[in-house]
Amino acid sequence: METLRPLSGLLAALLLAPLLPGVANKVKAFFGGRKGQPVLQLYYDLAKLLRKTPVYSVTSTWIFKAGPAVGLGALLLALTATPFAGRSAPLAFDGDLMLVVYLLGLARFATVLAALDTGSAFEGMGASREAQFAVFAEPAFMLGLGALACITGSVSLSGIFGALTVATWAAAAPVLLLLTAAFFVVMLAENSRVPADDPNTHLELTMIHEVMVLDHSGPDLAFILYGASLKLWFFAALIACMVLPRHSGAWATDTGLFLLAVIGVAAAVGAVESAMARLRLLKVPYLLITAFAFSALALILQLAR
Amino acid sequence: MLLLLLSLGLLLAGSALAVLFFRRPAAARAAGVAAALLASVCGLAASLQTLFSGGFSSLSLPWPVPMASFSLVLDPLAAFFLIPIFLLTGAGALYGAGYLDGNARERAGLAWGAFDLLSASMTLVVLSANAVLFMTAWELMALSSFLLVLFDHERPQARKAGYLYLVTGAAGALALLLAFSLLSPSGGPMDFARFARPGGAAAAAAFLAALCGFGLKAGFIPLHVWLPEAHPAAPSHVSAVMSGVMIKMGIYGLLRVLGFLLPWPAWWGGLILAFGAVSALGGVLFALAQHELKRLLAYSSVENMGLILMGLGLGMLAVSDGDYALAALSFSGALLHALNHSLFKGLLFMGAGSVIKSTGTGELEALGGLSKKMPVTASYFLLGSAAISGLPPFNGFVSELLLGLAGLLALGPRSRLAPWGAVVIVSLAAVGTLAAACFVKASGSVFLGLPRSRRTDGAREAGRPMLAAMAVPAAGIALVGLFPSAALRPLSAVLGSILGPGAAGFLSAYASVPLACAGAAAAGLAALLLALWTARALLLRGRKPGAGPTWDCGYAEPTPRMQYGASSFSQPLTDLFQPVIRVIGRYPRIQEYFPSGASFSTEAQPLVYNTLYTPAARRIRGLAYRFSWLQQGRLQFYIMYIAAALIGLLLWKL
Repeated sequence: METLRPLSGLLAALLLAPLLPGVANKVKAFFGGRKGQPVLQLYYDLAKLLRKTPVYSVTSTWIFKAGPAVGLGALLLALTATPFAGRSAPLAFDGDLMLVVYLLGLARFATVLAALDTGSAFEGMGASREAQFAVFAEPAFMLGLGALACITGSVSLSGIFGALTVATWAAAAPVLLLLTAAFFVVMLAENSRVPADDPNTHLELTMIHEVMVLDHSGPDLAFILYGASLKLWFFAALIACMVLPRHSGAWATDTGLFLLAVIGVAAAVGAVESAMARLRLLKVPYLLITAFAFSALALILQLAR
Repeated sequence: MLLLLLSLGLLLAGSALAVLFFRRPAAARAAGVAAALLASVCGLAASLQTLFSGGFSSLSLPWPVPMASFSLVLDPLAAFFLIPIFLLTGAGALYGAGYLDGNARERAGLAWGAFDLLSASMTLVVLSANAVLFMTAWELMALSSFLLVLFDHERPQARKAGYLYLVTGAAGALALLLAFSLLSPSGGPMDFARFARPGGAAAAAAFLAALCGFGLKAGFIPLHVWLPEAHPAAPSHVSAVMSGVMIKMGIYGLLRVLGFLLPWPAWWGGLILAFGAVSALGGVLFALAQHELKRLLAYSSVENMGLILMGLGLGMLAVSDGDYALAALSFSGALLHALNHSLFKGLLFMGAGSVIKSTGTGELEALGGLSKKMPVTASYFLLGSAAISGLPPFNGFVSELLLGLAGLLALGPRSRLAPWGAVVIVSLAAVGTLAAACFVKASGSVFLGLPRSRRTDGAREAGRPMLAAMAVPAAGIALVGLFPSAALRPLSAVLGSILGPGAAGFLSAYASVPLACAGAAAAGLAALLLALWTARALLLRGRKPGAGPTWDCGYAEPTPRMQYGASSFSQPLTDLFQPVIRVIGRYPRIQEYFPSGASFSTEAQPLVYNTLYTPAARRIRGLAYRFSWLQQGRLQFYIMYIAAALIGLLLWKL
């Protein structure tokens, strides 16, 4: 049983991840005074897409078909290194955060190449923007993780979030607050949510992620949607680990609290989405540079402490 | 050592035979390629044996030249750098057999002679343990590669590149002479074994001279100006060897000389790390702005040299700080990245060469859709692109993992190097994403989508020898990526020869678990992808996917010209970094009411060349004019100068 527990966290992530976009949508519907789509909508969509027959552009090659599978595979592996409720992940080693960040990069690489394979002007546009924003999001994220490594003295995700306790918060609250804010901004940008991107419009010229996957259909689109929800889970889990430093030791209580926190992060995404408009495209790098500045400030504060 | 002497002899014999057969291109090619391949097999066997058994062998013969001796030493450091030399010159020779087939037949003899001479001189550079022998080999290397840069000498660009290459090579050699003379105790042969750290400011001067001299070969910013001109000008298999291996000779030389200069003050490491970070970021930004495939690859070499230097710099800082664990991690990250870069850059240059041979152009805006006509080349190029972007499960990830782990450990609570660690991890993240953007752009606009011009009409898959040659670095990329733990032992041996035998233990203590886990993750990723692909096939079983045009949001007649081009792909980033990249757009003003033709072109200005080198060259030329009265053009005067100089020297020495 003890060996199965880390896997139970992974299993929960795999099963519950499609819930998060539904929660965000429900919150948005609440703010808009609508009833909204069911919370389980993504599950229905996935089930339907898996049964559909895809259509492929005659321009595209095997790269277009492999893109969604590579993206999903990279995210699945990244989740095995994601801590769950303050407990160690199945895959934990010194430097595993490098592996996770680079796996997110691999998923992006595959999606962008698949978009370019269609030869479509729209998808090229989305691909270019995805590549551009990653340049600002990834350093902010890496530096934030570096600052956490500096605080906790550990260089693996499981080690960092296992070492984060109430005492750490008491000692370094401003640093951790700044880092939580930086991670939240990076999460919004990496998961193509408002204010960096808008997941609702498919055909606007301002689109980033949604426009890259215009040509995908059937099981390929299902892989992409599921992968996107896993990515949201990854970031939400990290932020939940940040804000939940207390671990009672009781398995059920910790797990329940952690799941509530993850869902809370998804609700916060929905709330942000309801409360503000999307930024102009040219301003998105500045938002991410702000996140980078938060991470840098956190590191400086920590080093000066 | 015997095997290495054999491969040196083979290369020199092949070179001589190829030049002798200059009237019969087929025979010259056969001699050149066979010698290079045989030499590679012998050399690889010898260097692998040294690396894995940790052996050490030397050879010393008298050489009747003042201060010289023909002494060779094969230690793990030398053996480590011999591996990329033999891998890439062997694969390059095989590739060149197909690549040079059919064009410029009258130059084949000289080209193969120079290629084998280049391989031999690089081997000798790494093996030589005497400064005079080292400089001889170093200059032979510069000379033979200069001949190869001038292969297409009808093109003015190639002549300009060759001239620039020659001048910077000479400047670098001058700096190296200074460094060696400062290191060598006076009297007797200038053997490396007799070298000692000079006292006081002379040590710093020797370090700076070596950094300058070797830096001019390694091509980091601001000493890189010749690199993006010379590497693309050479034939592609030579570009692969120059960019993949020859610039590593600068890193090798720096490591060798640093070994004589221990202990290192902290500012040396800081300086190297700063140069590394600037080169890595600047190199990849310049690469992103290029729209010619081989120039883009050349600038990306500047970036990768920057990553290697960052590792060296952090390692030196750690040594000055007494933190040998951190030093072991950073040095091994840098060393492994040097090997990895030669693998993927070699593969990418070969892929680019196949495209250029098949279409006649490397302009990204004129290509597109080649993955249908050249599927194998496209797959190899994509593999190289993923590896150079540092993505798992390939080899680039392994070295970046070591570098990143070193940066993160430097941030740890016990370390005093936290700011440097932050510089390293931020640079790694930024460079990784920028490199991914750069190579997605390159492979996307060459191989994916629809053709952007008629140039790709007659494109055909590369010939068998070229594809076989590309399989060599591709296999290396996959092997290092899947079995990173195998690198532990050779790297420990090399660390032992740089930092002393104690340092070897630190590496396995800190890196063995991460490397094993990285290997497991790579295997896991491969298994996951296989499983997903199978699941997808099962889901689609019995159903026939539909086929149609690309969905362009309802637009009925999408044309290839509406695709996103290479410049449009990178434009948001190049705009943001305009102060560094300086992209200039040229378009005619519209004059008539019904304008007919239109054109638009952009070009990235070489910032360092324009702001640093051009003014400096003007200043030097101005100075030289003041002494133009010395230049009389009459033989008598020159003989008088020589006599006066000799008499002056005699008087000084008497």
